[in-house]
Amino acid sequence: MSQIELKNIDVTFKQKGRTVSAVKDVSLNIEKGEIFGIVGLSGAGKSTLVRTINYLQVPSKGQVVVDGTDLTRANGKTIAQVRRKIGFIFQNFNLINNRTLAQNLAFALTAGGYPEKKQPARITELLKLVGLADRQDNYPSQLSGGQKQRVGIARALANDPDILLCDEATSALDVETAEEIIEILKGINQRLNITIVFITHQLEVARSLFDRVAVMENGKLVEKSSTYDLFAAPQSDMGQRLVSRFLDTKLPEKVQAQVTSQSGQLLALRYRGSDSLTPIITKIAKETDVDINIIQGRVEFIQDRAIGVLVVYLTGKPVAVSRAIQAFQARVDYVEEVENHE
Amino acid sequence: MNETITILQQNLGTALWDTAKMVFISGFIGIIFGTLIGLFLYYFSNPLFAPRPLVNSICGFIINAIRSLPFLILMVVLIPFAKLVAGDPYTPLGGAVSLSVAAIPFFARLAEGAFAEIDAGVVEAARSTGAGFFLIFQEVLFPEALPALIRGVVLTLISLLGYSAMVGTIGAGGIGDLAIQFGYNRYNTGVLVSVIVILIVIVQIVQWCGDRLAEHYTRV
Repeated sequence: MSQIELKNIDVTFKQKGRTVSAVKDVSLNIEKGEIFGIVGLSGAGKSTLVRTINYLQVPSKGQVVVDGTDLTRANGKTIAQVRRKIGFIFQNFNLINNRTLAQNLAFALTAGGYPEKKQPARITELLKLVGLADRQDNYPSQLSGGQKQRVGIARALANDPDILLCDEATSALDVETAEEIIEILKGINQRLNITIVFITHQLEVARSLFDRVAVMENGKLVEKSSTYDLFAAPQSDMGQRLVSRFLDTKLPEKVQAQVTSQSGQLLALRYRGSDSLTPIITKIAKETDVDINIIQGRVEFIQDRAIGVLVVYLTGKPVAVSRAIQAFQARVDYVEEVENHE
Repeated sequence: MNETITILQQNLGTALWDTAKMVFISGFIGIIFGTLIGLFLYYFSNPLFAPRPLVNSICGFIINAIRSLPFLILMVVLIPFAKLVAGDPYTPLGGAVSLSVAAIPFFARLAEGAFAEIDAGVVEAARSTGAGFFLIFQEVLFPEALPALIRGVVLTLISLLGYSAMVGTIGAGGIGDLAIQFGYNRYNTGVLVSVIVILIVIVQIVQWCGDRLAEHYTRV
């Protein structure tokens, strides 16, 4: 049994007489201790979906099972109990502005039924965990964004959760601070074996944090794979769009113009492993009698495994070029024919 | 001039005390019940709690109905009710009855607004901890809305001060009554001017204190 099971989840809203369906027939299993990511553009339904896990969003259809408890059939008390074991981290931190950090954490502890007498010690421990031990009596407005998010993490961890939900937790932060937060979350996942469900539109986060990842588009789950496989060979249209933009195989305009002035085919290739593709390229060039120019190439590391990214330009007889493309498709993990015209 | 001083010496103390009684009693009742009703409205309109559009619109209709009556008319209509509650409607206590009835929906709307303005994300975060509504009210809604509530209290007290003059003229006494009785009816401009100055000073002080207090509780 998986720790989180979403079965055929539908979420529809009624907005000004119109019915908007935010999540459509999504099924998903998330295992204990993994870091599971959901990526997609904004408006894809990620936030809505993640909120069904702690039942802040009631699904219109389908079943939510967390640690064996079917939330769709549970009463308010059971739902509150399950919620106490699910920490939530938000994009905008959502701290109580008119309360000190200590009071913010005390609120979460009280909500989780933590004995009041033991709270001060626990608050110190939590703030120490996120490196803010000396800021107990500060108000959130006295902190930077990254520090606020650390308090958000401390609050989410207050009641020893089994699951941590993160809604764009790094999107409001600068790159460096975001990396810091990612490292903290990784550490938490490894030390405490807490399952993390993280939604984001930033593929940088996916690369450095997720074990497995799902892609959402227009409320639907269009792809589900290991993070490495998503980057190496995305299956869905949306997955390809997101990864292509992230791996940035697009050529500078000048080069693009130069290339398009000739007749030929531009190919973006991705392959697993860091071995050089040169032997294959030479071989295909010989076999099919096309000229192959390497326009750009590099190696990306995802989950400590390499993905080669290469853009090549094929020129020759049209028949030969299409034979060469077929040859690449047979031997390389991911081949994209880049449009020659704008 | 001497006459003005005599009138003020004899009547100002009682008048101020009567006004204070009217404003504070009705203000207290208005703030307590107004806060509760405002919270009720918020609870039944917020999608994070229990949205009940029907309950909300019925309650809203009643509030609007009371608020749509000009205070002068509300006061006259409520004379029998004030008699029932306070015994004699023509006393400061009787006056406080109609003032309270006006103050409750007035403050309820201000309180509802103060709660509704709280960042929905903060409330959602509170909900996600599994906290019950009472704890959320005590630890999140109240502190976050407090500065706005304080400003609402200032607005309510100043409005009540104005309305109390109207109640005064039908016999409930107070500083407004003093101005009308002696200043207007007996052509004693000195009394009228004095009352105006006193009112200006009171309003300034209340506003100043309220602003400082609201600032003190704002940590943003």
